[in-house]
Amino acid sequence: MFKLIPRENVSPVLSLLGPLFSVGLTMIVGGILFYFLGVDPFAAIKMIFWDPLMSETFSTYSIPQIFIKGAPLILIALGLSVGFKANVWNIGAEGQYIMGAIFGASFALSLYPLESIVIFPAMILIGVIGGCLWSMIPAFLKVKFQVNEILVSLMLVYVAEQILALASLGFLRNPDGAGFPGSRNLNQYTSASNAEIIAGTGIHLGVLLSLLMVIFFYVLLFRHSLGFKIKLLGNSPKASGFSGDNPNKLIFLCLTLSGSLAGLAGIMEVAGPAGQINIDFNVGYGFTAIIVAFLGRLNPIGIFFAGIVMALTYVGGELTQFMLNLPAAAIQVFQGMLLFFLLSFDLFVHYKIKLKGNK
Amino acid sequence: MRQFMKYFSASFLFISMVITSSIAIAADYKVGFIYIGPPGDHGWNYQHDVGRKAVDEAFGDKVETVFQENVPESADAERVMTQMALSGADMIFATSFGYMEPVLNVAKKFPKVKFEHATGYMTADNVSTYSARFYEGRTVAGHIAGKMTKSNTIGYVASYPIPEVVRGINSAYLAAKKANPNVEFKVIWIFTWYDPAKEADAAKTLISQGADVILQHVDSSAIMTVAEEAGVYAFGQASDMSAFGPNAHLTAIINGWAPYYVKKVKQGMDGTWKGAEQTFDGIGAGMVIIGPLSDKIPDSVKKEAMEIRDGIASGTLHSFTGPINKQDGSPWLKAGETADMGTLLGMNFYVEGIEGDIPQ
Repeated sequence: MFKLIPRENVSPVLSLLGPLFSVGLTMIVGGILFYFLGVDPFAAIKMIFWDPLMSETFSTYSIPQIFIKGAPLILIALGLSVGFKANVWNIGAEGQYIMGAIFGASFALSLYPLESIVIFPAMILIGVIGGCLWSMIPAFLKVKFQVNEILVSLMLVYVAEQILALASLGFLRNPDGAGFPGSRNLNQYTSASNAEIIAGTGIHLGVLLSLLMVIFFYVLLFRHSLGFKIKLLGNSPKASGFSGDNPNKLIFLCLTLSGSLAGLAGIMEVAGPAGQINIDFNVGYGFTAIIVAFLGRLNPIGIFFAGIVMALTYVGGELTQFMLNLPAAAIQVFQGMLLFFLLSFDLFVHYKIKLKGNK
Repeated sequence: MRQFMKYFSASFLFISMVITSSIAIAADYKVGFIYIGPPGDHGWNYQHDVGRKAVDEAFGDKVETVFQENVPESADAERVMTQMALSGADMIFATSFGYMEPVLNVAKKFPKVKFEHATGYMTADNVSTYSARFYEGRTVAGHIAGKMTKSNTIGYVASYPIPEVVRGINSAYLAAKKANPNVEFKVIWIFTWYDPAKEADAAKTLISQGADVILQHVDSSAIMTVAEEAGVYAFGQASDMSAFGPNAHLTAIINGWAPYYVKKVKQGMDGTWKGAEQTFDGIGAGMVIIGPLSDKIPDSVKKEAMEIRDGIASGTLHSFTGPINKQDGSPWLKAGETADMGTLLGMNFYVEGIEGDIPQ
């Protein structure tokens, strides 16, 4: 019926307009959905995108919250974007996020109640290593046995979730917790607490690191030869080989970066906003970050803004739920539409569609 | 002209006063609820929402209730409650155990907002907790299960290994064993409160292992549907689930939050609400209700079940009355002794006779 023909010249302007277009279209289609759910679409859209930033009642609290919610998304998406550029598909950032949190928290809690200034930086380092080790499994299997990294990394998410349950019920369970699952609260352990750095806002070190990482990745990808090599591997593995790069090394590098950053996000979250290891510690940042990476065009600056927009839909989406009685699922559909429209827009930017005639 | 302006501004003032006062009436008292899952689960969250609607009904325009569903037990819960408090909520009911730390954090920031936390154990000046003695209902259900099983194998789908769930298993087992000494329990832990697919899988596994009566401590009605298809019996959890298994449904252990919610909101409005209180009510206070009994249950068993229910309600009967040994054979309660509150609230051991281990 239809045939897709790649365009020879892809308009860079159109390519950049994609995210804006998809946000706009999501607002319209989402608005229609809200209307049929019996909610005033204008009030709902305003409450999602405007009130968290501008309303007197909420904004003082919401604006820092958007950065807090956005930080893990940005951190994970930055790491993933490098791999996606190189055609290395780490889908299991959620698992690496969990393992980062478990590694770091286990280290800190094994020293409880010892107080020392060394514990916090060491805990972060061990969290990063934890996430990285978890992503080394798909890296090793891909390089050694050509096993598809999508499958392995995704399946390892479920393994990590089981280890999380094991930790909450077993080796990390709070001995003073009256038999309930969950570890000690790291916020009540001064040496390991990822405390707020601006009083009263909840802004923690992870938020600051997410901003620094945006700059770091921008330099890495656009001002360093490594960025070129990664792109080359993604666009043409053969050419990459001819130019003397070792693709296996690059695969390891991509998974090291994405695993480490997911681990960093995990340890920042568990020692900060979450406070404790618990069975339901992970809430899907690793998967949402995939949307953020694409919404941000795999560009560090873009990812920053995409992370903020995504966080805004969470914070604003919660407001619409209890202020306007919008069901939680409607907000999830709304978020899903963002990626859907972006990908469909991309299709039209990169391909021409021809109606295939009958013979 | 000046006269006109005077009247104009006076009437304008009047109108704006009417408007503001009518807004004030509409938002006289605002009560927020946060749910761990969707109120459409026909279980745990559904019953809390029944309680919320009872508050709406009891106070009409004087109280506005708002709710948020699917709130994860994480940093997100803290944000949701903070936003509710910022939006002017006077009282917030946090209806799942995992909200405990978030509730305490938010309560510290909003000392004027009153918090009611379900099934937790930590309180503050503006945080009270409430929970139901579900285990009393399980004594009744356990007795019926013991009498109804033909294979002498009773399946139990459990959520998380926390004291509340362990207490329920022990209570049901003791009653079933008393009703039928040959009875055996098989427990499957699924580590979630609400996941219809996992719940159904667990039920199927139990049935394939020979269970012909299934008890559940998870929220959805999936197990009832599986039981109906397989032709075995099951019990409704949290609310009456007979619609999902007209033949399978023996009775239900119903959570009756409505009277408690209405009482607490009333106390909040007239200033008599107190923080740092811990409520733990059972059948006697109507917080645990035994649903209608199925016609499949013989009259003699029905009568016994009602006697147990009434005995617990009046206090002449206790679900945990000695002699009871722990699973490892060490003595727990002497003959005639009943369990104390502290042990029940922190229960993390099986009683003698139950096989398997509590996941650690």
